[in-house]
Amino acid sequence: MAEIRAEMVANVWKVIVAQGDSVADGDTLVILESMKMEIPVLAEDSGTLIRLAVAEGDVIQEGDLIAVIE
Amino acid sequence: MAVYSEADAGLPFVAEADEAVLIGPAPAKDSYLNVESILAAAKRTGAEAIHPGYGFLAENAEFAARVIDTGLTWVGPSPGAIEQMGDKIRARNLMVAAGVPVAEGSSEPVADEDAAVALAARIGYPVMVKAAAGGGGIGMSAAADDQQLRAGFATARSRAERFFSSPAILLERYLPSARHVEVQILGLADGRVIALGERDCSVQRRHQKVAEETPSPGVDAGLRERMLAAAVKAGETVGYLGAGTVECLVDTTTGEFVFLEMNTRLQVEHPVTEMVTGIDLVEQQLRIAAGGDVTFDPAALQFSGCALELRVYAEDPVRFLPSPGTITQWHEPSGPGLRVDAGYTAGNTVTPYYDPLLAKLVVHGCDRAEALARAEAAVAGFSIAGLKTNLPFHADLLESAEFGSGDYDTSVVSKVLSKAGGTRGRNPG
Repeated sequence: MAEIRAEMVANVWKVIVAQGDSVADGDTLVILESMKMEIPVLAEDSGTLIRLAVAEGDVIQEGDLIAVIE
Repeated sequence: MAVYSEADAGLPFVAEADEAVLIGPAPAKDSYLNVESILAAAKRTGAEAIHPGYGFLAENAEFAARVIDTGLTWVGPSPGAIEQMGDKIRARNLMVAAGVPVAEGSSEPVADEDAAVALAARIGYPVMVKAAAGGGGIGMSAAADDQQLRAGFATARSRAERFFSSPAILLERYLPSARHVEVQILGLADGRVIALGERDCSVQRRHQKVAEETPSPGVDAGLRERMLAAAVKAGETVGYLGAGTVECLVDTTTGEFVFLEMNTRLQVEHPVTEMVTGIDLVEQQLRIAAGGDVTFDPAALQFSGCALELRVYAEDPVRFLPSPGTITQWHEPSGPGLRVDAGYTAGNTVTPYYDPLLAKLVVHGCDRAEALARAEAAVAGFSIAGLKTNLPFHADLLESAEFGSGDYDTSVVSKVLSKAGGTRGRNPG
């Protein structure tokens, strides 16, 4: 099981995947926006997205959970 | 008088202003892009003029028109000039008509992916895909074949709609090796347009500038003369008033230049021009807006030595990812020929809402070697703690053979990073 957490304060701009989706290593899960920059968050493992903890428009803090892949 | 958002309430510029007015919450659309709120603040404080700075509404023709309609003085060119230059396709066409060289590319918006592929076949790969109303490198990409072009076109269009509220896309021939060189112009109150030398802005990451210098080590006297003349012509074509910048690309293989776009405002990197000319550009802006004379004789411009600006960003020095946070320590360097323009100090919080620029380190030297030595000392003497900054990148840049030789192009950042052995982590998430 891999937890994907935010590395910085950011705004969740786009959610690309849905809970239950199969994802491959390197797939874009969500796109964050911080300091006028878009930051894609990628899957670091292949598996099933068992939890998606953010929604578009959310403001997330450093360390906040974004998704869990199993 | 200054205006500020809730996110910036604790910043030095608010405390330093004679009067500061809160114009709204942190998101830019509710504050720094909120025209009504800004005009109300001007009215309340009895301001006579509005200086738009170099972000947000600085190149917004509608805002300029509203300021003028309200009876205030707009510190900038006419709304008409902003509008003509704000659309990159229209600006290209104007330049072609004025005899200023442009790269082969679109003379009208590209309708869709298929039209883009057809146009690229005529221009020849590689091509650059851009938002016509864009800026800051957002949505821009180079494409080497049809497949990359289709992907780049789709990305550019979605970014263009989201960031610039205009779906118009253009293609231009991409120069594999180029320097980004821009000319500072000043449209005087009497209608004359003059050029104040060039700035080399080839040190870029994500098509955004990180360091700038003047004079450009890649521009000789003949090329400089042609570029400055073209920039003056560009300004004259739109009846330009005040400070503006004509951005060009210099092809390092042919040594020729093409017009890229015009920024109808003051630039972030204007201090390097100030350092070699001794001219305060903001003062000239205000004088020109008031219909007055500039402080110098345009016929007797003097350029002295070399100047370099390093943009200190709140971002990690390897991947250049944003690093908002609270500044626990801030110690600025000092020394001869050094100017620090800083927006933050210890105790301030850098929020994720705006650009990551923290400060500009600007150095002047009697020649390039002295300027580089002073820059190295300034970087070493600048200590910021509490968040990541790109200061270590600047140290690597100044140490690198590429930058040191002056013989570099817009790929210099990636070359410096690979030499510095940066381990490129792949996931910020």
